[in-house]
Amino acid sequence: MSAPWSEVIDPDMDADTEVIPRMNMIQALNSAMDVMLAKDPNVLIFGEDVGYFGGVFRATEGLQKKYGLNRCFDTPITESGLIGAAIGMGAYGLRPVVEIQFADYIYPAYDQLVSEAARLRYRSAGDFWAPLTVRSPYGGGIFGGQTHSQSVEALFTHVAGLKVVIPSNPYDAKGLLISAIEDDDPVMFFEPKRLYNAPFDGRPETQVVPWAKHPLSAVPQGYYNVPLGKAKTVRAGEAVTVLAYGAMVHVALQAALESGVDAEVIDLRTLVPLDIDAITQSVEKTGRCVIVHEATRTSGFGAELSALVQEHCFYHLEAPIERVTGWDTPYPHAFEWEYFPGPARVVAALRRAIGA
Amino acid sequence: MKNSPALSLRIPEPRFRPGDTVDFSNLNIPEAGVAPRPPIDVSAKETRDLAYGLIRVLDKEDRAVGAWDPKLDIAMLKRGLEAMMLTRAYDDRMYRAQRQGKTSFYMKCTGEEAVAVAQSMVLHRDDMCFPTYRQQGILIARGYPLVDMMNQVYSNAADPMKGRQLPVMYSSKDYGFFSISGNLGTQFSQAVGWAMGSAYKGDDKIAAGYIGDGSTAEGDFHHALTFASVYRAPVILNIVNNQWAISSFHGIAGGEDAPFASRAIGYNLPGLRVDGNDFLAVYAATQWAAERARANLGATVIELFTYRAEGHSTSDDPARYRPAEEAKGWPLGDPIERLNRHLIALGVWSDAEQDALHKEVVEEVRAAAKEAEKNGTLSEGKRPSVETMFDDVYKEQPWHIRRQAEELAALS
Ligand SMILES: Cc1ncc(C[n+]2csc(CCOP(=O)(O)OP(=O)(O)O)c2C)c(N)n1
Ligand SMILES: [Mg+2]
Repeated sequence: MSAPWSEVIDPDMDADTEVIPRMNMIQALNSAMDVMLAKDPNVLIFGEDVGYFGGVFRATEGLQKKYGLNRCFDTPITESGLIGAAIGMGAYGLRPVVEIQFADYIYPAYDQLVSEAARLRYRSAGDFWAPLTVRSPYGGGIFGGQTHSQSVEALFTHVAGLKVVIPSNPYDAKGLLISAIEDDDPVMFFEPKRLYNAPFDGRPETQVVPWAKHPLSAVPQGYYNVPLGKAKTVRAGEAVTVLAYGAMVHVALQAALESGVDAEVIDLRTLVPLDIDAITQSVEKTGRCVIVHEATRTSGFGAELSALVQEHCFYHLEAPIERVTGWDTPYPHAFEWEYFPGPARVVAALRRAIGA
Repeated sequence: MKNSPALSLRIPEPRFRPGDTVDFSNLNIPEAGVAPRPPIDVSAKETRDLAYGLIRVLDKEDRAVGAWDPKLDIAMLKRGLEAMMLTRAYDDRMYRAQRQGKTSFYMKCTGEEAVAVAQSMVLHRDDMCFPTYRQQGILIARGYPLVDMMNQVYSNAADPMKGRQLPVMYSSKDYGFFSISGNLGTQFSQAVGWAMGSAYKGDDKIAAGYIGDGSTAEGDFHHALTFASVYRAPVILNIVNNQWAISSFHGIAGGEDAPFASRAIGYNLPGLRVDGNDFLAVYAATQWAAERARANLGATVIELFTYRAEGHSTSDDPARYRPAEEAKGWPLGDPIERLNRHLIALGVWSDAEQDALHKEVVEEVRAAAKEAEKNGTLSEGKRPSVETMFDDVYKEQPWHIRRQAEELAALS
């Protein structure tokens, strides 16, 4: 078990009597799709390279073999086309789960998502809707350069009608993906690819500890869900609230450990709809708030969080709200670790926030 | 109507998967020399047979035959051969460098060298190419320093791209090589725009766009053809059909039902389908399209029918989705091997000379790599300076980026 997680509050698993295997995040996502393909004949999976090959990150491995060509297949390389088709199929009554190979390649589909998927229910006054789930790996830490590292969540949190979900561990990944697939609204499901195979504390020099050593890799084989819209306190503390999601949850925990600051770390898990109660309760208690995300700073989701904390907790705040984010540049290949907001920057922000 | 069958989806599948025996005998490969060469002012409609056929020059006896023979002199042929061999040696070296941990990623163009090399020999250096990541042969054929290409791959202190781009995403305006984007398809319409710029200014430069078979599915492909047709842009629109798009075969992009070149005709553009492993055919078709563009007759779509002989990239293992021996079974052979045999058939070349040339290019690449590694690799040694990561986001640095640069500097 990596050190920061010794303080993790155990997952509330309704694991009944089932033997609980260890899964990494890829296996957990695969298991979620497997469960849903078995449960609901209207669920189908498509995307670039997801069929026979099982996806470039192997998230759909074995699903075509198990459920047949019709249930899990490759699409032409057109993100706009495949999202458009998913909307049409979703409106017909299916539940498409589509993969955009990298979040960096989602832009051709932006119009279909923003103008179509997000608004279909509204503009038809509930006559039509499309319950699609869009899975996409996002974020850095893998030397992927500017076209395999971006964090695009704010481009979607800004759009009324889309839900946005980001898991930080295998247990949540499976439970949240199942909830996303069952949800009747379009859900953007961004997967922190740096966490696919192992947790990552933001220190590349540290030896990688596989998910199997982590408590949240205990993932029930069968059906369960983690509700959308619910954050999770992953470390209790009194001095300062840290709001994070995805890979940054692990970085925040590491920073709390390194700094010795008694930080309360909240894993938001769903950005829209946001668990505002969890945030306000914590900030009202600590009076201080540090927001951490990998995405560029300007108009990032941290700006929204900062505004909300200010609106809801102004009279409890004892220090300016801090944001630790990616720089406002494209993600530069050679400067992976100068760009990635690692524990050192979070530690500095924690210290500033508590006035140390 | 009651008796009509239930509707069903068609999900295309490649003919061979791992474990299957490869047999390409069903592939319709016309003889070399049979395709007619129309005048450059041919109407799009009249190119139908060329779009559905296959322009080939090198025949079974390794002779150049037919109307498309570009009749190149021996020196040109040898230049082409050398550039293709250098490209392959470069790819092999950089692939190994990635395996040795000297960089993060690499992409080879093995088996497709004729495309970039022959085309760059036809085009002028001030024509602009809008390549994908598989046209490194353009830079190599034009004599761009190998050391600088390697510096880019290593993201080192001398990287012309200052460590910002993933390996192989080169850029060189001087060499007519537009900055490569990792986003597929986007540059196809930009090539048309560049050509429109030349036409707008009344210049005589043309442009060449490149797109993979898989990427023709992107909207940008259709945008490019539409603009090229509507504005009669002086551009060559190349579809490099190497049969695969990572793990998806060309049928997933609709290339089995109708050849990619045939897309052209609906846009009123001539379409040529060319044996992409035949250096002479690629050269001749490109020359025809370039003449057309320079004569203000507009764009041509060329499908280069080739085969991706190796994995998609260093992150890929093609044995997971296609038979390992599929590449060897490709009936159109290898472009280097075929040009080599042609030169031998002409009596001006020998296997011994070929071996000597091979040693020469390998040595050239080795020496360049040694030189480049003095400037560092991604994992070791000198790096670009960190402050530069905040440059060029805008022409002038706004206050917020300046502040971020200062924050980073204070951290280290
Ligand atoms: C817009 C976009 N979508 C997806 C990708 C991921 N991707 C990179 S290469 C590739 C396959 C491209 O195949 P093809 O166009 O045939 O070119 P080839 O690699 O065969 O040269 C894919 C899907 C991308 N880079 N950009
Ligand atoms: Mg291809």
